[in-house]
Amino acid sequence: MTVRTTPLRRAGTPDPARPAGVPAGRPAGLRKRWLAAGVLAVLLALVAGVSLGPVSLPPGGVAAELLNLLPGVHLDSGLTAGETAIVTQLRLPRVVLGLLVGGLLALAGGAYQGVFRNPLADPYLLGVAAGAGLAVTAVIALGGASDPLSGLPLAVPLAAFVGALGAVTMTYLLGAAGGKRRSPATLILAGVAVSAFLSAGQTYLLQRHSDSIQQVYSWLLGRLATAGWHDVLLVLPYFALTAVVVLLHRRELDVLSLGDDEAAGLGLHPQRSRYLLIAAASLGTAAAVSASGLIGFVGIIVPHTVRLLAGSSYRVILPLSMLFGAAFLAMTDVVARTAAAPAEIPIGVVTALLGGPFFVLVLRTARRVLS
Amino acid sequence: MNPGSTGTGTGTSPAVQVRDLHVTLGGAPILAGVDLTVAAGEWVTVIGPNGAGKSTLLRAVGGLLPAGHAVTLCGTPLRAMRPRARARVVATVAQSPVVPAGMSVLDYVLLGRTPYIPPLGRESAADLAAVHEVLDRLDLAAFHGRELATLSGGERQRVFLARALAQGATLLLLDEPTSALDIGHQQEVLELVDQLRRAHGLTVLATMHDLSIAGEYADRLVLLADGRVVADGPPVEVLTEELLATHYRAHVRVVSGEHGPLVVPVRPR
Repeated sequence: MTVRTTPLRRAGTPDPARPAGVPAGRPAGLRKRWLAAGVLAVLLALVAGVSLGPVSLPPGGVAAELLNLLPGVHLDSGLTAGETAIVTQLRLPRVVLGLLVGGLLALAGGAYQGVFRNPLADPYLLGVAAGAGLAVTAVIALGGASDPLSGLPLAVPLAAFVGALGAVTMTYLLGAAGGKRRSPATLILAGVAVSAFLSAGQTYLLQRHSDSIQQVYSWLLGRLATAGWHDVLLVLPYFALTAVVVLLHRRELDVLSLGDDEAAGLGLHPQRSRYLLIAAASLGTAAAVSASGLIGFVGIIVPHTVRLLAGSSYRVILPLSMLFGAAFLAMTDVVARTAAAPAEIPIGVVTALLGGPFFVLVLRTARRVLS
Repeated sequence: MNPGSTGTGTGTSPAVQVRDLHVTLGGAPILAGVDLTVAAGEWVTVIGPNGAGKSTLLRAVGGLLPAGHAVTLCGTPLRAMRPRARARVVATVAQSPVVPAGMSVLDYVLLGRTPYIPPLGRESAADLAAVHEVLDRLDLAAFHGRELATLSGGERQRVFLARALAQGATLLLLDEPTSALDIGHQQEVLELVDQLRRAHGLTVLATMHDLSIAGEYADRLVLLADGRVVADGPPVEVLTEELLATHYRAHVRVVSGEHGPLVVPVRPR
């Protein structure tokens, strides 16, 4: 059999339904310029995040100082020793943590949306937020420490991590109780039930220990404030694991978008892939939550923005969500700590305040371009 | 494979062999002891009233339901096949396949190459070439960049078929392949399936509601009622007024047409 490809190479044929930038005859993969744009966004966020703050540093010097961290690079940044310390010990760990957490949340959100074939899915869908919330509230309210966020540096993140994973496990066990009839929908419903149950517990605890409300809320609304290299090192292994597992399954998520029957007919194990992805995404979300509290919106806005602008294949959505999610959260943190300086706005508030209007803008622009 | 053969047990294994298949879903028996043989290259259509178990039978043959030892495909028990190996032997076109938002025709048909792509791997140039060849064959080359959701019903049905063909399977399971189409597109799609079957020695096992059309295209009809095969034979033997009255509770006249019996519903007095 001959392969006739000539009629397919007529790239000049106008095709109104084809999104701009997708050449004819090629499958939807990740385009190099989008990948480059994602990497550039991360680098810009890195330099901006380190340069901007109470002490303003020259971006060129900061960039040189960041390059000096690479082995074998020795540039003259023109920064004083004190400024160098601000860069490497104070701001860089915070920016890097922001990048990791933003990347994790956006990646996990994209994975959840694919696994559940539900555009409303976010990383907190299966009870991560409620579990972490209850556990942190319990530690702060019952722990007795006057300032738990500094007094118990390990207890709060540990509680958040354990609470988040405990809640996802509960959701999974409850969802699996449906036996053979369990479906993605039963898992989502189980997540709703577990979230409601744990949130009720948290509300009760808060009401009984109203003196700790402010501390609990400062955690709930998200913070990167206490970040040192310590936090970065805690999150890094989970980031690596989640990124590897989820990104390796990017094509499988495209197949899963056809539904479980079709995916099974094409030789996959849809149920097995689904639970592996849920486990990886939940572990990553739990790590992110333990480091930074509950930062909303990133996990749902970033993947949808990428979908609208760059393409709907998970081979595009997942890697770009990770990069742009990282850049978005690091930039958001710059706003959070400079907009009302010297006070800090909770970063979860900023993500929603900036992310909402930005998403509406993208939605309108993309519609106009595509139609 | 010999597309001309219709018998069983003449050396080559039948494409599909079902022996005493029982399927129970949610406590209710759906199939109660179904036997079915489809020879290589044959077109067999399963007919029967709503709820008779037609789709369930197709799902069991496609390996989407646990069917125990009852199903054998091309001489290999379904149980002994790994999902990827099975996907290279049998391809299913569902009754109303999911149309993922924003997916192009090319990307959709490329998903049909999944059984040839290593787990966690990506498409090779050979996969892409195979897909372009299928698109050409089905006159879809001009549509490859179009978003699936923007196609008409007939075009879309061709794309679903293309995805199944890209699997390179010799056995095609078609669940109500024309239920969403107008009469002209129904004929167009079924003629295409028949052409492909003859050109490439494919075996077709389908379900259909339109009895006249079912009889015109199939070599054999299998009438399923209450989870059992109640008639199995050439269309003239299955499409009789007595059988259809008994199992469909339908008032029909059967008249003979050029390519088989035609079933005309008539209003009961």
